[in-house]
Amino acid sequence: MNDYNFAYLDEQTKRMIRRAILKGLAIPGYQVPFASREMPMPFGWGTGGVQVSAATLTPEDVFKVIDQGADDTTNAVSIRKFFQATAGVDTTEETDKATVIQTRHRIPEAALNEDQILVYQVPIPEPLRFLEPRETETRKMHSLEEYGLMHVKLYEDIARHGAIATAYAYPVKVEGRYVMDPSPIPKFDNPKMTMPAIQLFGAGREQRIYALPPYTEVVSLDFEDYPFEASKADHSCELCGADDSYLDEVIVDDQGGRIFVCSDTAYCASRQTALQDAAAAQHEEISA
Amino acid sequence: MLATATSTSAMQGGFKDVPTEAARQFRAIMNAIARPGRIETLDGATPPAPMSVAAGVMVLTLCDPDTGLHLAGDHDTPNIRAWVQFHTGAPIVPAEDADFAIGRWDALAPLTTYAIGTPEYPDRSATLIVEMDALSSTGAILTGPGIKDTARLSLPETDAFLRNALLFPLGLDFFFCADTRLASLPRTTKVTKGGAS
Ligand SMILES: [Zn+2]
Repeated sequence: MNDYNFAYLDEQTKRMIRRAILKGLAIPGYQVPFASREMPMPFGWGTGGVQVSAATLTPEDVFKVIDQGADDTTNAVSIRKFFQATAGVDTTEETDKATVIQTRHRIPEAALNEDQILVYQVPIPEPLRFLEPRETETRKMHSLEEYGLMHVKLYEDIARHGAIATAYAYPVKVEGRYVMDPSPIPKFDNPKMTMPAIQLFGAGREQRIYALPPYTEVVSLDFEDYPFEASKADHSCELCGADDSYLDEVIVDDQGGRIFVCSDTAYCASRQTALQDAAAAQHEEISA
Repeated sequence: MLATATSTSAMQGGFKDVPTEAARQFRAIMNAIARPGRIETLDGATPPAPMSVAAGVMVLTLCDPDTGLHLAGDHDTPNIRAWVQFHTGAPIVPAEDADFAIGRWDALAPLTTYAIGTPEYPDRSATLIVEMDALSSTGAILTGPGIKDTARLSLPETDAFLRNALLFPLGLDFFFCADTRLASLPRTTKVTKGGAS
């Protein structure tokens, strides 16, 4: 059972990641290089987030993992089981019971609190990468705050589509200094990023860690005449009726029938339970 | 015989179970830098005097052969050197090469000696661990990332931190230790003089 170290990674690797996390918190939005390690999971599983979680978890933590909002995908279940086995942490699907939440591509609907840590899996940490492939150049652009090209790209969207077409990984500016990739969360989630919890970002393949301390100012890039909009599908959830949550469109039959449901499965389940409890209470009252 | 005595004491005072203790202590350290001014409690290390428990925990949790450690003033003793060497293997270096530096405020001066990072790599900067007699949520007023409205911390002075914040995104990051207590002031924090609180 104990053939591996606590939380799998060796102590020297965790120290290196921990030092990177501290510098990340000291320089919000700046990408700190780190020496990424192989993790025992298939390619594409977001080893950056897993490594940050490994360096962050304590035996007393309650750990939650979501993959595009869902706790029950193969990805989420595997990562949860991995740290249950290697770090002995308790796990949960309930957002308010978790102390560390690892996420791929969503921020939970329920507001996070001061005692929580949100760990993002990041595929491409460099927001300027699609404008400039060379790392030496993007580093220089960040150092000189040369973000004009990014605005030009967003403005071209407006010229072409009449609106900013970027719907995921919508770039943000942190404390008026670094432009940062929020990972491929829907832009609906961007306004939540100024929050009481600590946010840590890990990119394994590109070997970068970055971070946001609580209450850090995070602003989505926009223009005076085209202000940022945190849009979502104009529906309510078919299962719980929520009209304030981010929705996934789901095909439900062979005829191409579609419904909209909450992407955050824990949020949806808690609302459904509350509705059922209310209905049951009402029923009891009537039959009494 | 003296060498034997030194090495025996050097072997003591480390974490009992390194992986889990380091994990718990790191979380307290991370909480401190993520919430400037907030006072955390560290434990599990008993370094040789005059190093505080909190500074000892910082060393055990963060230092290893990859990090140069500078021991300033009365912290540069054979006992502390031996303890650091035994538990972490961190090389003891001059101030200008330090990733971490430990000492009392006056002994750490001048701050201009330490690495503040480069425009492309502002993270390549020193972290200063300042030994204090006491630490309390009084005095200087702090604002910035990690602080909801304002926080207060009994800093040794304010001007040095004003100058440091002006270097952003370059600069130094500070931890303050008193016995088991730890608080932090990263380069992002803006400091203003505060009266009695
Ligand atoms: Zn729902």
